[in-house]
Amino acid sequence: MSEDGAADGRANAVEVRGLAKVFNAGRPDAVEALVDIDLIIAPGEFVSLIGPSGCGKSTQLRLIANLTEPTTGEVRVNGKPARTARLDQDYGMAFQQAGLFEWRSVAKNVELPLELKGWDRAKRRQRALEMLELVKLPEFAGHFPWQLSGGMQQRVAIARALAAHPPLLLMDEPFGALDEMTREHMQTELLRICGETSTTVVFVTHSIPEAVFLSTRVVVMSPRPGRITDVVEVELGPRRGVDTREAEAFFTKVTEVREALRGIQPAGIEPDIEQVVDEP
Amino acid sequence: MTRSRRRLFGLIWPPVVFGVAFLAIWETAVNVFDFQPYFLPAPSAIWDAFRSNTALIWEATKVSGLNALIGLVLGTAIGVGMAFLLARFRLADDLMSPLAVALNAVPIFVLVAVFNNMYPVTSEVPRRLMATLVVYFIVLINVARGLREVGSVYLDLMRSYAASDVTVLRKVRVPHAVPYLFTALKIAAPASVITAFVSEYFGGLQNGLGSRIVSNIALSNNAEAWAYVLGACLLGLAFFLTAAVLERVATPGGVGARERDRA
Repeated sequence: MSEDGAADGRANAVEVRGLAKVFNAGRPDAVEALVDIDLIIAPGEFVSLIGPSGCGKSTQLRLIANLTEPTTGEVRVNGKPARTARLDQDYGMAFQQAGLFEWRSVAKNVELPLELKGWDRAKRRQRALEMLELVKLPEFAGHFPWQLSGGMQQRVAIARALAAHPPLLLMDEPFGALDEMTREHMQTELLRICGETSTTVVFVTHSIPEAVFLSTRVVVMSPRPGRITDVVEVELGPRRGVDTREAEAFFTKVTEVREALRGIQPAGIEPDIEQVVDEP
Repeated sequence: MTRSRRRLFGLIWPPVVFGVAFLAIWETAVNVFDFQPYFLPAPSAIWDAFRSNTALIWEATKVSGLNALIGLVLGTAIGVGMAFLLARFRLADDLMSPLAVALNAVPIFVLVAVFNNMYPVTSEVPRRLMATLVVYFIVLINVARGLREVGSVYLDLMRSYAASDVTVLRKVRVPHAVPYLFTALKIAAPASVITAFVSEYFGGLQNGLGSRIVSNIALSNNAEAWAYVLGACLLGLAFFLTAAVLERVATPGGVGARERDRA
């Protein structure tokens, strides 16, 4: 991670400086979702944002994706302003819901971002099949989303997010709705896919083992207002698998992240108690 | 293939058995309790009346059917057009939606009398207007919902692809609204037929199924009246089946199939 990203000639994948986001600004119900966020992510990193609900981790991801605009501060992606990066489709995105279009076949879903980029039919079909190969679902190209299990749908969503070979992948709790077994399998698959495609990843999660297993860095956040309280560097090596989850180093890092999260109250608990006390 | 055929058979025989049993009980009841024909004719008598009046019933069916069809096509076209306007312009939505809902809650058959007064007594226009109006509301409300209620994850995705509003409309909103349109049509198609019949009760030409039912009852030709009712049932069924078949053809993505699986 270099401060200006110029060291190896490549721009930083993500640069967030002095970022703040206030919802309903200037109104009595204004909410400070994020304050004072600085974060620099170098190409090839896998960074997780972790914290209790209400800490603004999803909002931060949405700001990087330019799905919402910051109140103050600056977000740059691949050296460009976030808006330009979005218009250039410099990133792919996956959400907790797979969000597949049910009237499109699996292959057609993967083709959608390419279709919107104006690729011709043959070229995008070929790429879609390559991507389905990558997520190990080649035989489901002609199926429809409702014929697939939750884990399979999420794999199609990842194939779609990576179809245009974006340098950056933004993921908002993509495995949050999956069962534990599927989830661990998907994590291993994601590492393999990102390794093969050398994609930078920003990953929002509320699972400590998930963050530790996947990441090169875990960014710990706390709510009211949402801010970064700690950054834990993780180095479990490039070949992580079943054994990694039982290794000493893994548990050490899990403990470290848990310590960093200790004492952070989920948003909404304290105000509720105050409200009850304040009632006449 | 044999398995799906067996499944199809399994779906068909219970209602058929029920229908046959119902007719048998009806026939027996009429004979055993000696119901007079002006009270309730037997199914066999209705069937005889239907057979001997087929040509007349067919003529009346064509009149009512055409009125219903014109109403269905016009109402669908206007309803879909208006739904697009509501989805596109927030102001139009704010102005129109409460009005549409309020109007839909009014028993709009009362308007037949008004329409009848507006046109010559030999005109079919009032009946077609009624059918149009009924279809229009059903289509408008459903299609507008289909265009509007697209999940936020899809809108976020499209924004991440830098898609324009027109692209979102074409790639997301319209395909999302298609199943809603067919749901509306499956309700609106039989409703247009019912509206066409009932509109005939309020005067005008005595040429459709609805007016024939009334005039046959007035002449105490009860079996004939029931024969026209049978014709009316068949017309409504034909409209519904057409809508259902169109749905199957138009949604090859299996959206319809999935709904059938859920049901």
